[in-house]
Amino acid sequence: MTVVEQKLLGLNGDEAVAYAIKQVNPDVVAAYPITPQTIIVERFSEYVADGEVETEFIAVESEHSALSTCIGAEAAGGRAFTCTAANGLALMWEMTYIAASLRLPIVMAVVNRALSAPINIHNDHSDSMGARDSGWIQLYCENSQEAYDTAIQAWRIGEHPEVQLPVMICLDGFILSHTLENVLTLPDEVVREFIGERSFPRVQGHLGEAEFRLDPEHPITMGPLDLYDFYFEHKRPQVEAMKRALPVIEEVGREYGRISGRTYSLLHPYRLEDAEIAVVGLGSTMGTARVVVDRLRSRGVKAGLLRVRAFRPFPAHEILKALSHVEAVGVLDRCASFGALGGPLFMEVRNAFYDSAERPIISDYIYGLGGRDMSMEMLEEVFKSLEEDRRAGRPLELVRYIGLRE
Amino acid sequence: MGEMSLREMAKQPDLLAPGHRLCAGCGEAVTVRLILKAVRGPTIVTVATGCLEVATTIFPYTAWDLPWIHTAFENAAANASGIEAAFRAMKRKGRGPLAKYEHIDVIAFAGDGGTYDIGLQALSGALERGHDFVYVLLDNEAYMNTGIQRSGGTPRCAATTTSPAGRVIPGKREWKKPIDEIVVAHEIPYVATVSASYPTDLIRKMRCALEAEGPAFIHAFVPCPRGWRFPSEQTIALGRLAVQTCLFPLWECRLEEGRPRYTLSSPSLSIAKNPERKRPIEEYLEKQGRFRHLFRPERRDDLIKEIQEWVDLKWERLLEKAL
Repeated sequence: MTVVEQKLLGLNGDEAVAYAIKQVNPDVVAAYPITPQTIIVERFSEYVADGEVETEFIAVESEHSALSTCIGAEAAGGRAFTCTAANGLALMWEMTYIAASLRLPIVMAVVNRALSAPINIHNDHSDSMGARDSGWIQLYCENSQEAYDTAIQAWRIGEHPEVQLPVMICLDGFILSHTLENVLTLPDEVVREFIGERSFPRVQGHLGEAEFRLDPEHPITMGPLDLYDFYFEHKRPQVEAMKRALPVIEEVGREYGRISGRTYSLLHPYRLEDAEIAVVGLGSTMGTARVVVDRLRSRGVKAGLLRVRAFRPFPAHEILKALSHVEAVGVLDRCASFGALGGPLFMEVRNAFYDSAERPIISDYIYGLGGRDMSMEMLEEVFKSLEEDRRAGRPLELVRYIGLRE
Repeated sequence: MGEMSLREMAKQPDLLAPGHRLCAGCGEAVTVRLILKAVRGPTIVTVATGCLEVATTIFPYTAWDLPWIHTAFENAAANASGIEAAFRAMKRKGRGPLAKYEHIDVIAFAGDGGTYDIGLQALSGALERGHDFVYVLLDNEAYMNTGIQRSGGTPRCAATTTSPAGRVIPGKREWKKPIDEIVVAHEIPYVATVSASYPTDLIRKMRCALEAEGPAFIHAFVPCPRGWRFPSEQTIALGRLAVQTCLFPLWECRLEEGRPRYTLSSPSLSIAKNPERKRPIEEYLEKQGRFRHLFRPERRDDLIKEIQEWVDLKWERLLEKAL
């Protein structure tokens, strides 16, 4: 396979997602508007109004119904997409677990926004982080290009026969959703060929083996009452499917790289090979951090970074390999986990090293809540404190708050 | 479709198989079995959380001989929207696993909790958007699956576990929510009330609902021996009494040239023509333990009268629309 010719478009993150979904041409898009996701539904409505897609677009009356409608559509064997943010995702909560547990590979863009109260429309990761145990694959995007690319790969990952799980594409509200970028886009037919047709697992129904979908010729019962005698057996395969998604995310990212020239993986390291200090984080902040790493390197500081693209499933083994040699690691959490030891990413990263002989000093940096900017200066401060930790041989503070007035 | 005779009805396959775990005398079991006799071709069913769902699908068993899905309590209408939309998209594209079917009927079943209360928003949204599906409300007038708690569909004075008949408060204080009028106000093609006590009327209406293009709503009155406290062999008799007292009149309403046109069904029409056939509500109330406190330890004539007046008023208002 060779890299195909691509069209350069000026798109913000929301438009990039909408454009990718237009090319995917799913059967059903059901969504409810919420800032900063709104542009996705607006653009997609225009594609529908202009006859550029064959999709049934359903402007539902709530996010709960948005996901419920997608569940109905996917159970009927269709492809379904939705998108939301913050309180919208919170309203969907019940259905996020149900979508994942019914093993329906729905794709949802979450345009990350702070959760109320107080109400705030700007970016942090408290919304999707709250859904981290719901059974969805979560991929965090650094820029609009990645949002576009991930909105295509997500179908292949979620629908993979070994996976069969829904996928959340997380992109930072406003920072990505409303910022115009150059985005390389694949031709429609390349996208359609890449995603192919949805395949269905075969299950044992009451009339014998059948595909796991609603079909009058092969009736099965989906979502029955499942008590202590079987529920547990139905949960374990979800755990395993998540594990199997790890190589699938890599495999799909590589295959996508062969046609687009942009390869994606679970983790995206930068100048990490010989780094003494490094930050680990998600999303758009890591683009800023890359510039800071270069700046520090030019001053002779051995700085590096690790961007975590896949937060669910969590690539613990790969993180261990990537960071074992680093002396001090700062985890950037754009989310507070109230009452916990630190932010969600910190807890995962630190936990990954528990059994490791080679253990960096690991501390947490909570930043950017409610859209507070993370400037290059703030990131330099982070590296500066990591350097101090490194010299001290221990975290001088386990959890620090960056850019906060105290 | 004309009315199916009982003989023809008996020949229709049972799509809700026996052996499920609904209670003896459960009105839902009888109603759903009859409703499915009206199925006319490829059909997909979605069911809200409730008695019907838990008692018919205890894994690894199922009583359903139709493709069936349950996801949650408040979203049967939204699930149905997605199923219907996916089918429509596949037909348009000419590909996808359901594209081969000429038509698929989608039926959503929900109880009164899932309709009057927690599911009202999803129902309203789906009706407004005009999805082609039939929503069947199985109204047993309380949250029976969780143990008889009051809902918006529970009648005034009924004792439930969250509206008990106490020393001060005699059961539920509010009147039953006028769900049919709320649904009719959505200006959908077809709305009807049904009772398993009148099976041929029920099946005919369900078939009309399936044939309607766009959303249709069937409100089934479903006596619950456990929740209403009456002997399980009385389900059909009690359902009949609800119609004969005009507490639950049988009618259908079609949208014709933008106007809702109500028609009384024969059991209620005969009472409208012969008002002396209308039976007093007391006969209905006294047969149920949930209204026992209206009769014992002392008779509450005031409340019985109040209920009778409410029934009379509702019946008069229906007659104004239907005659």
